[in-house]
Order: sequence, then C-alpha cells, then structure tokens
Amino acid sequence: MVPALELAERGDIDYLVFECLAERTVARENQSRVKDPEKGYTPSLHERLRMVLPVCLKKGIRIVSNMGAANPLGGARAARKEARDLGLGEMPVAVVLGDDVTEIVRRMPELKIMENGEPLESLLPKLASANAYLGADLIAQGLATGAPMVMTGRVADPSLFVGPMLHEFGWSYDDYAKLAQATAAGHLLECTASVTGGCFGWPGVKDVPDLARNGYPFADAKADGSIVIGKTPGSGGRLDVMTCTEQLIYEMHDPTAYITPDCVLDITDLKFTQEAPDRVRVERARARPRTDTLKVTVGYAEGYIGEGEVSYGGIGAVARAKWAAEIIQERLRLRGFKYEDFRVDLIGMTSLHGDDGKRPEPYEVRLRLAGRTPDRKAAHAIGFETRATHMHGPGGAGGACEPRVKDVLAVKSVLLPRNLVKPQVVVEGKL
Amino acid sequence: MKSVRVFDLAHSRTGDKGNTSNVSVICYDERDWEFLRRELTVERVAQAYRLIAKGPIKRYEIRNLKAFNFVIENALGGGVTISLAQDIHGKSLCNVMLAIELPNYPG
Repeated sequence: MVPALELAERGDIDYLVFECLAERTVARENQSRVKDPEKGYTPSLHERLRMVLPVCLKKGIRIVSNMGAANPLGGARAARKEARDLGLGEMPVAVVLGDDVTEIVRRMPELKIMENGEPLESLLPKLASANAYLGADLIAQGLATGAPMVMTGRVADPSLFVGPMLHEFGWSYDDYAKLAQATAAGHLLECTASVTGGCFGWPGVKDVPDLARNGYPFADAKADGSIVIGKTPGSGGRLDVMTCTEQLIYEMHDPTAYITPDCVLDITDLKFTQEAPDRVRVERARARPRTDTLKVTVGYAEGYIGEGEVSYGGIGAVARAKWAAEIIQERLRLRGFKYEDFRVDLIGMTSLHGDDGKRPEPYEVRLRLAGRTPDRKAAHAIGFETRATHMHGPGGAGGACEPRVKDVLAVKSVLLPRNLVKPQVVVEGKL
Repeated sequence: MKSVRVFDLAHSRTGDKGNTSNVSVICYDERDWEFLRRELTVERVAQAYRLIAKGPIKRYEIRNLKAFNFVIENALGGGVTISLAQDIHGKSLCNVMLAIELPNYPG
C-alpha cells in the first residue's frame, strides 16, 4: 500500500504533512504557471489528494502541504476540485501567500549571493523566481481558520511540521524550548522514509526488515514539547537511534546553528532514546531566537545540459571508451561548439568518485559525456555525436542512448530582511 | 595496533545544499569516538575527497550523538541544478568517507 495512505489509515495521526518541494522546484513550477495561470502547483497534487482526501476528511486528519509550489491559490482550487469530484463536498482550503518575493528582490540588486558573495544584480536579467522560506507561524495561522487543509508555496521543510504543534498546543511563537523540540521533530520527519530505514540499509551491516514496504514516520508530540518519533504500525523498515541520528545530521552544517525561519536549532545536547520497538524519544533539542532575515531561493535560467552515453565491453573496453571520448570531443570542436563546463565519465570506474589512476578495469564500461552551454544545438550535439560512435567510433560501441537535453534552472540564495516579506493567509471556499 | 576503515567503526550519510556536501560519521560504539576524533582529521578527509571537492572542509564534533559532521564545500560540480555529474546530489559521497583507512587503531 502507498505509505502516506497507510499512515493516514493506521497511524492514528491528527495532521498529515506533504513536503513536496526540492530547492529548484518552485522555479520550475513558476515556468508552468507562465504557460498556464492555473498551473504551477506540484503536478502530483491530484494523485496524492485523490488518494488521501477520503480517509483524511472522514477521520478529521488535517492536511498541511507546500504542494502549492509557485501557485498556492491554484493548488487550493485544484484541491477543492479533487474533493468535489470525490463526492466529499466543498472543502475550504487555507492558503499561505507571500513567499513569492520576485518583485522585492528585483529592486534590490545589491543583495549578496550567499554562495559566492557577488551582488544579485548579475542574475536579475535571467531571473525566473525568488521565493522566501516562510515559517511555522503562517501554518498555524492557516490552521486557525479551521480549514481542513493548509496549502502553501515555499515554507521551510521543518516548519510545515512545527506549524501544527504551534496551533494545536497554543505555544507562543517565542517559546524557543518548544520550537527547538518541534523543529528537531520536523527535520526528522521531512524526508519521510529516510528516518525509517530508507537511504540507510546495508546488507549484513545495517539490515532493514521488509524495506520494500517501509513505512512513513510520525511524531507523537505533547503540549510540554515532548516528542516521540514512531512509524506506521505493521509497516516495514526500522526506526531506531541509528536511523534517527543519520536523518538528524542530514543536510545540516553547523550542528549548533541549524537555521530555520522559526529558530536556530542546536543539536549538540540532543538525546535519542529507544523507548520501544520503532519508537524513539527526542529530548534536549535547544534553540536560539530566530534571525531577522529569511532565506530566499532565487531561480534563474542557465542554458542547457546535453548528455550522451554509449557502452563498451570485453577486451580493451576501457581503452576503446577513452578513445571514443577523444573522438567525440574532437568532432564537437570541429563543429565549432563550445561549452562552459564539460565532463567525461567512465561509468563503472570513475563516474562517482573521480579518477585516481588506480581503479581496476571493469569488464564493461559505459562512457558518458555531458556539457553545459547557452546553445541548445551544442547541447544536443553531445548526445548526437556520442550515439554516432555506433558508426564511426572505435569498434564494438553499443547501446547508445538518445541524445538528452535539459534546460537548466539554476538556484542561488540570498538573505532578505524579514520585515520586507509580507505573508498572509486567505481562505479559498466558505468555512 | 592495526589499521581500520571508517566503515568498520561508523555509518554515514551524505546531504546536499547548493554546492556544499555534508557527510556524517556516526560511531557504532561510542568508545571509538575519541579514536576517530584523533585520526579522522580534516587533512585525511581532504586527501580522500581531493578528486571530487575543492573544499574547504570543516569538521564538527557532535559528541552527544557519538558523531561528526564533515561539511565539504565546492563538492557538487556547482550544485544540484547545474552539475554535470551523474550523482548530482552527491548521495554516493559518504562511501568515500567509509573507505578511508586509519592507522593506530588500538581495539
């Protein structure tokens, strides 16, 4: 069974959170919205809500999700339509607006790009989107409307989980002891199966039972800030101090300063305790007050990436693949194509961890070439010329893929003073 | 005294943000934490990642979780969105950490 549905049906939960956005997703969806003003929300919204709305509305489980992506209002309307089509009536949806700060950053070319320290100015001509990470206070406001669902665009992942606790327990947004516990819980839950044995198993060393059916996690939270992490009863996977520790440190830099819009989390005193099978208690998360800035992800167009792949096997496979790589690059040069970045991989040998000159030669190897360029034709030519080795490359080339081209939406980050961002909550439909 | 791999003492996962990779090292047995603190230096880790990351690399100690967090900058080919790598997130990079050999293991 689909793990989210299993969690809603058997997890005895009050809130179901769907965290749906990677770093660049909103920039991508913004392009969909430009083409169709009703689109721009996460395309899988329809399928996901069709699956869980019947059980959630029946059991009174409230849904919180950032699947509104670049168009939370459009996402709310799509959600309402799904409820109507399922015969579940008119479902009001609280919508968090204001994460889109494109017009604000356009007027602030002096903002410093966090990754390289350069001013934002250089990216502005190719700007595709700018979205601030909003916090749990907006989720709590959305829930306070009474709507069964809260739809957002960009909200920090842990904040999606902190919001329901803020609302349910009526905590002050300045109660950092509680926010710390809630944020730690949110970070543990935000990658779903990654805390229940996904991205973890290793045969014979870190075995995970029934990994094909591993269940989604939940937090059993109490008003005093106590947190126990659990997972759907009867599901596969494992939940213990080891899986929790891996997920807690995941995507963290300074463990004393995990910055979210709600607080600055410190995990250097945090303690996990295995309380029962598949139940882990979280204690002693600490937090300092939230910063006076919000992180903004800026999306911008950065040309195209072209890719080609072809395989060689048997005697001299690696030598033939290396020769092919030289020939393909020479043909691209002869055609006058230039690339901002170019890369040759021998898959099976050097593609993941680089070439130290000492890797043993495999029986077969897959040659991969990739390049980035502002010229779509140059990007396509990489795959074209790689495939052409079938005819005029070294002997025995096989199984080339179709030429692949993807348009690149790059992202960078800036910090925006919090007081410039004016989020609000509106309700689609009648309460 | 013998040499051990990080793999023998700890487990690990990689995360990504922009062009920065973070690799956790979590001891199976907390008695190995001091050994790793002494031997799993930033210099050794930089040597292991020299073909992949420009650095700099910073090591954070998380004693309470018998863990370390290595934050490796300029590790992801410019970042997930523009990287030409197959593994754009660098999910496989923890396996470089696990393969590091360390001398002088007293156990």
